[in-house]
Amino acid sequence: MKIKNDALTLDATDLKILKALQEDARQTYANIGKRLGIAHSTVYDRLRKMERHGIIKQYTAVVDGEKAGLKSITALMTIYTDPKESERVAEELSKTPKVLEVYASLSEELLIIAKVVAENQEGLHEFIANSVAPMPGVLRIRTSIVTKKFKETPFSISNDADKLHL
Amino acid sequence: MNIENIPKSLRTFPREKAFYFFTSIGNYTGVSAASLKEFVEKINEVNVKSLEFHLCRGDFEKWIAETLEDKELAAKIENLRSQNYLGAKLKEQLYNTLIKHYEKLLNKF
Repeated sequence: MKIKNDALTLDATDLKILKALQEDARQTYANIGKRLGIAHSTVYDRLRKMERHGIIKQYTAVVDGEKAGLKSITALMTIYTDPKESERVAEELSKTPKVLEVYASLSEELLIIAKVVAENQEGLHEFIANSVAPMPGVLRIRTSIVTKKFKETPFSISNDADKLHL
Repeated sequence: MNIENIPKSLRTFPREKAFYFFTSIGNYTGVSAASLKEFVEKINEVNVKSLEFHLCRGDFEKWIAETLEDKELAAKIENLRSQNYLGAKLKEQLYNTLIKHYEKLLNKF
């Protein structure tokens, strides 16, 4: 781990710690240290630094909404925007709790792609009609409702760590 | 004439109160109307699929009743919905109903 101009550069040990943590974020520093052959205080120090630098954003529970009985639908919105307003539309969308992810993309036109959740189709339509369509710079919207989810995983450090032959 | 005497049907509304034309759930056409005048014009411009979508959901009469606060026109649109018109016939009937009502309001105020 190196800190230069307040930016943190991770080394192989940091990546190993992150990988272990992503497998099970509830395990103790001692357990991680034991697995990696390093002192638990080293694990603690490195984790604190990664938290302070925003590399570790949060420790959270991954909930299966379906099993928890929370009924919702997921949809992907493709929003065609006026290029001058695109950034602002993306920022406004990002502030909305119903919107889980927001991306900008450039194909033939400048697009904003956003993943949104709603309680049902009516709630989804109401949200798009009342909150997204009226945003200045929104030219038109295409929405695809997800009917089946095949894979959904957060970013994982595992692949990068493997490439480093750790 | 005091602006407060002008019916809401003849006013122009801010964009958050405008009507936005969709063709199905979440699919916005890019066409919107911020007044009854604009709404009448856009009926001829927008894809008939959008008219069918909104009429069958009752969106038109809801916007007319809640935003324009024009109960008479809302009732006329509701009546049109019960006729189950589709395609070009729907567009024609909707346009005629709206333009007649709009012109009547213009003559009155």
